[in-house]
Amino acid sequence: MNPIIALRDLRKSFGRLEVLKGVDMDVMPGRVTAVVGHNGSGKTTLIKSILGLVKPDAGTIRFGQEELNGDSEYRRRIGYMAQSAHFPDNLTALDLFAMLEDLRGNAGARKETLIKSFGLFPELEKPVRTLSGGNRQKVSAVMAFMFEPEVLILDEPTAGLDPVSSSVLKDLVHADRARGRSFILTSHIMSEIEELADHVVFLQDGRVRFDGPIDDVRTGTGEQNLERAIAQLMMEVEA
Amino acid sequence: MSRSITLSRIFASTESTATSNATLKLAKYELRDVMRSRWILLYGLFFLGLTEALLRFGGGTTHALISLINVVLLIVPLVGIVFGTMYLYSAREFVELLLSQPVNRRQLYVGLYVGLVGPLTAAFLVGTAVPFLARGLTAGDLSAFLSLLGAGTFLTLIFVGFAFPISIGSDERVRGLGLALATWLGLSVVYDGFVLFILQAAANYPLEGAALVMTMLNPVDLARSLLLLQFDVAALMGYTGAVFEQFFGSAFGTATALAVLVVWTALPFGIGMARFRKKDF
Repeated sequence: MNPIIALRDLRKSFGRLEVLKGVDMDVMPGRVTAVVGHNGSGKTTLIKSILGLVKPDAGTIRFGQEELNGDSEYRRRIGYMAQSAHFPDNLTALDLFAMLEDLRGNAGARKETLIKSFGLFPELEKPVRTLSGGNRQKVSAVMAFMFEPEVLILDEPTAGLDPVSSSVLKDLVHADRARGRSFILTSHIMSEIEELADHVVFLQDGRVRFDGPIDDVRTGTGEQNLERAIAQLMMEVEA
Repeated sequence: MSRSITLSRIFASTESTATSNATLKLAKYELRDVMRSRWILLYGLFFLGLTEALLRFGGGTTHALISLINVVLLIVPLVGIVFGTMYLYSAREFVELLLSQPVNRRQLYVGLYVGLVGPLTAAFLVGTAVPFLARGLTAGDLSAFLSLLGAGTFLTLIFVGFAFPISIGSDERVRGLGLALATWLGLSVVYDGFVLFILQAAANYPLEGAALVMTMLNPVDLARSLLLLQFDVAALMGYTGAVFEQFFGSAFGTATALAVLVVWTALPFGIGMARFRKKDF
């Protein structure tokens, strides 16, 4: 099986700070790949490179068959939930949804269902800046899932969500994974990764330190609890 | 509308109609967002109130036009660069959101520019023109009136243009705003002092040509010269005024001045575009 996203020797520095020091990583279709690591380990830079928000200094990114070269069409196949959801101040959630539909030339088939399951109806016509952080995160989730993209990139998606919405989101991930969608997920909540991920990529200091099925983390470290297993991994690398 | 199409063609001759449509869509959303800002309305009302007051109490159309020149030369660049810079900082999230969609950077950049320049120009034009048009203009004042509107439009295009490389170049809002104000101050105030100093220091040399070149190198000075020469005030400027009048009065001079204004419009726009395409968000 060919990876849906393949990174090869990806490098990125911000000034003198080397954030990615040659990252190789494959995202397999129909899987949930979790990227874990300390704060500042390069997770967000990695994700933003895939999205084209950050321009890598060197290395290649392939999406499906094509190598990314600055063209924007491939992003039609991606849904993205940013780490902290900020939107243009004056627009309402409805404006935002309509704008994305207009830009993509595609009615978000699932929009209504998503709005309903996240309980967003009362918030739709308020300017997004007046919404709470959690509600903005829900708006962001609707925007990521509404076009039923092949790949979903979720950067700490449940941070700020209430338990109900958090479960709604996890159910969505399960359901879409079952339908063959691929996910890249970052999270600091190990129970969440345990619940959702098939595959773990452990990033430290701009390099991939571990890349394998989630069960291998446990067997490799001899820890049954994932949180402890990852912690073990982090300490091994540091030692 | 035609402007955004032209601009996107200039910077990408291979772009298809679909691309222009995307640019127009982006400009439309940008426009909607900018129009909701009450500053645009205040800006339009400021020119409306001022023009109305000058016409009512200022002793005639010609006087009102001359008084407006100074205000336009000072306020339009200031508002263009400051509003542009502040808006672009606050639009950072909007930009990030759009760049995670199937939208390319060039389209988005043109959309942002059109969306900013459009409302600011419209507010200036409507606010300034309505009181004059309501009263009617004599044939003699018509060309000065049109020049004023043209100069204000160019200064909007140029100074909003400056806001792009400034805000893209620095992630710190305060620094960007400082740079915007310094640019405005430099071109509107300091530059004139510098020119005066040179003319004074080298008073014994024939400097008309140099003065002309120095005027061309600053869009505010260029606009001022074009406007003042619409009135019979060139005589007040002595021999230099006569040289200017001769130059800008000729078809060649006018064409050169317009070309320089176009270059001044394209320069910050182009530098901003190059920075925007390389930027990490």
